[in-house]
Order: sequence, then C-alpha cells, then structure tokens
Amino acid sequence: MEKDKKYLLGIFEDEDKLMEAVHYVRQNEYEMFDVRTPFPVHGLDDVMGMKRSRIPVAGFLCGITGTAVAFGGMTWINTVSWSINVGGKPFFSVPTFIPITFELTVLFAAFGMVGVFLYANGLFPGKEPLILDERTTDDKFLIAFDLNNEHIISKQKEITDLLTKYGATEINEKVIED
Amino acid sequence: MDEKYNFPDKMKMASFALMGIGLLSLIIGFIVSPNRTWADLLVNNIFFLGIALCGVFFIAANYLANAGWYVAIKRIPEAMISYIPIPAVIMILIGVGAGTHLHHIYHWADSKAVAADELLQGKEPYLNITWFMIRMAIYFAGWLGFAFILRKLSRQEDIAPDTKYYKQSLIYSAAFIVFFAVTSSMCSWDWIMSIDAHWYSTLFGWYMFASMFVSSLTAMALIVVILKRQGYLPKVNFGHIHDLGKYVFAFSIFWTYLWFSQFILIWYANIPEETIYYVHRLEHYKFWFFFTPFLNFLMPFLILMTRNAKRNYNTLIFVGGVVLFGHWLDFYLMIYPGVAGHHDHWNPGLLELGTLLGFIGAFAFVVFTALTKANLMPKNHPYLEESLHHQT
Repeated sequence: MEKDKKYLLGIFEDEDKLMEAVHYVRQNEYEMFDVRTPFPVHGLDDVMGMKRSRIPVAGFLCGITGTAVAFGGMTWINTVSWSINVGGKPFFSVPTFIPITFELTVLFAAFGMVGVFLYANGLFPGKEPLILDERTTDDKFLIAFDLNNEHIISKQKEITDLLTKYGATEINEKVIED
Repeated sequence: MDEKYNFPDKMKMASFALMGIGLLSLIIGFIVSPNRTWADLLVNNIFFLGIALCGVFFIAANYLANAGWYVAIKRIPEAMISYIPIPAVIMILIGVGAGTHLHHIYHWADSKAVAADELLQGKEPYLNITWFMIRMAIYFAGWLGFAFILRKLSRQEDIAPDTKYYKQSLIYSAAFIVFFAVTSSMCSWDWIMSIDAHWYSTLFGWYMFASMFVSSLTAMALIVVILKRQGYLPKVNFGHIHDLGKYVFAFSIFWTYLWFSQFILIWYANIPEETIYYVHRLEHYKFWFFFTPFLNFLMPFLILMTRNAKRNYNTLIFVGGVVLFGHWLDFYLMIYPGVAGHHDHWNPGLLELGTLLGFIGAFAFVVFTALTKANLMPKNHPYLEESLHHQT
C-alpha cells in the first residue's frame, strides 16, 4: 500500500510577502512542491525559477503536420484520386491550395497545442484535483513542501522558521489520504 | 531624467558619404537614362515616405488604443516624422516633371496618348495633372500638419506636466487616422497604380499600406537597436524590443496576406485587363517577383518565430535589413515594370543600389539629427510609468 501524501503548507495573506518568501526558499535550496495563488501573480514564475513552457515547439510541430496534411492531401486528391477541371486551371494549382493549407496549419497548431497542454498537465474530465487548501481559491496564498521527501523532513524546523520570518500567517500540515 | 542624443561624427560622415553616392548615382542616371532614373527616384521616395509617414500612424494608433508600452520608444517615430518634408519636395518635383513631360512615368499625363486611348479618356476627370497636383498638396498638407502637431504636443508635455496635451493628442490622432485611411489609399492610386493606367486593383491601397507600415516598424526596431548599442535608452527593456519584433513578425504576415490575396483573385478570375499586370512581371521579372515573398515572408516568419530571436539584437538587425530590402524591392516591382513598358526590362542594377544608399544616408541623417532635438525619453506622459515596467 502506498503511503499517504503529506504536505507542509505556509499560508500567506499578501502576494508581495509570498514572493519574498519564495525568493528566500529558493536561496536556501529547499525544494518547493508548489505555490498556489487565487489569481495569477506577475513575475512569480521567474522567482520560482520555472522553466519556460515548451508548448511553442509542440505548436510548431503540429502546425507543420497541418501544412503537410493539407498540401499533400489536396495534391493527391486533385492530381491522382479525383481530378476535376475547374475553369481550365491546371490540376496541380498551388495558389488554390494556399488558403486551405493556411487554415489547416492554424487548425492543427491550435488543437494540437490544446491537446498537448491538457496531456502535459494531466488534465482530463473526471480528474481528482489536488486541493491543498481551499482558501487559495479565495484570498490566501500558499507555498507547499512535500513531506515525503527525506531532505524536507530533516529541514522541517528551518523551513517553518523561514516561512514565519517572511510573513507566513499559518503553518499547516495537510495529509491527503490515498 | 534628462537624456539627450549625441549624433556621433562617424555616423554623420557615413551618412554624408552615402548621400554623396546617392547624388552621384542620380546624376549619372539622369545622363544615361533619365526616364529610368525618375522611376528610381519615385521608388525610393515613396519607400522612405512610407517609413516616415507610418511613424505618425504608429503614434496615432497607439494613442487611440490607449497603449502604454510604446511610450519609452515614442521619440523614435517622432524623429522619423521629421523626414516627411523631403519626400514632399521630391514628390512635387516628380509631379512637375510629369506635367512638363520631363519623364513618362505617368502615361496619362501625355495628352497625345490620352487622345488615342478611350480608356484614358474615361479616367481623365480623375487622372489629370492639375487635379493630381492638388490632391498631392492636400495629402502632404494634412500629413505634415498632423505630424508636427502631434510632435509639438509631445514636446510641450515634456516642459509642462499637464494631461491636456494627452487629451489633445487623442483628438488629433483620431482625426489623423480618418484622414490617413482615405489618403494612404488615394496616394497609392495616384502615385503607383496609375502608372499602369489601364489596370486597377481594389486591394492596392491596403497592399501598399502594409508594405509601408511593416517597413516603418522595421526601421523603428533597427533605430531602437542602434540606440541601445550606443548606450542610450537604458530604460528600454527587452519587453519593448520583443514587442517591436512581434510587430515586424505580425505585419510581415499581414503584407503576405495582402500580396497573395491580390494575386490569387486576379489569377483565379483570369480577366485579361487584370492579369496583364502579373503577366508582365512574371515574364520579365520572375526572379525578383518570387524573391520578394521569400525576403518579406519566409525570412521573418521562420527567423523571428521564437521568443529568443525577437530579443536578440543580431537577429533583429539581420531580419530588419532583409525585410527593408525586400519591401524596397516590392515597391520596385510595383513601379519599374510599368514605367519600363513592354519593350524594356530593367532589372535592379548598381545605379538603383547607389540611389537607395543615398536615400538611406539622407533618412539616417535627418532622423538622427531630429533625435538630438528632444529628450530620448518622454517626460510627464501619463503612461510613462506603465511603459517603464513593461514586461512580455
């Protein structure tokens, strides 16, 4: 049987204090599990040291697939499978293919990115959300540490002191039963 | 925060040298082949007029959109505006040249040709030299008026902190946009589309505007990068550079959209009086014709696609150079084939290059001199603080 998941939570009331605390947590090299906020906090990504999303790469690859599908498909249909003479134009008429190639490129890139985003974030209908503290959906901010991690357990005291020093109003432990 | 630009002597000398090359090319050109040189003058003149003029458009559009980010770089389009009087003078010269038959760029200005041509007779109420000059005077009066009012208000704001300047600028911007919407289209019919006097395209005004605007944005981005390289504009961060890069990227696509739309409709409908324009270009200027979308679409599209590329000075300078040359070539292809007619075929040569260099020198000299006239960073603009904290 798997162990229950335990988290150490530092609750904050103000995003500036949260940012400062995150900064010092990183400086002391304590590994954060997550930071939760009720609204997007500008610049938090940089302070947390998050890597830039690679979703543009996925978008580019999906887009190229769309280009190839549209262009290849139309070429095959118009020259091999079912050639129709339209106004005496050649069967292989690149200008007529361009608008549809453009549309399918955009379509594939857009849907592809949405799909990749949902897959990468493990989001799908019926997914059980990991709620660390319901108040982060209202007016509180929190920094979470994974209490199944040996290093964090050994440093629990220091982390608690550091969070309190930089303005945490509460320090909680949250157990998520498996 | 006072920051004045100091135009380095080296750059001044370089721009004089370029102007010298340009002048020499023009003189040689007028001796060797006057008609072609007039066309050359027209290409460069409209190209650089577009760059300067869309500086006003950029300022006005940003005022109306309530944009904040651009305030830190606002002085660059304001300096570009200062160049407008020069194209005004040259354009009047070209108009006078057409009226006095010094050149034959405009077929409709030749009364003998009109007498033998029923289509031109039908167009005569619009395409005659008097009305042509009057329209030109209206365009330039309006553009110069709005440009200098907007610039003056911006400089007055530096001296006296008062939001009334901002509010007045808003009103002038709105009026300018309306005026510019009509005149930018009309000047493209007058100065370029009427060269192929039988031919017309309802998309032409937009198409030329797209070319002008993207060249203008590219020039703006290049000037910002040059100033940053020289150590000015410390408050302009990578957010601003990134946004200018996005503008160049987006409007390169916009230009391609219009370039292609004009082509595909004419190609599809296949009506001889419309296709003649492309037949002429595809028969004798095929390489240049397909080289333009390569320079103006594929290069910026593929190179500027990533975030890092838009934040890198070297890629911006490279793509900027490519795009500016590509749009110069675009104007070349709009004008030259029509002027050369069906017997001559003028591919770009050394004299064209020389004139282009000369215009670059003149433009750089005027713009960088104008930059020394005011603070590089506006003061007291209501959105200044927002712009200084701009992030993307």
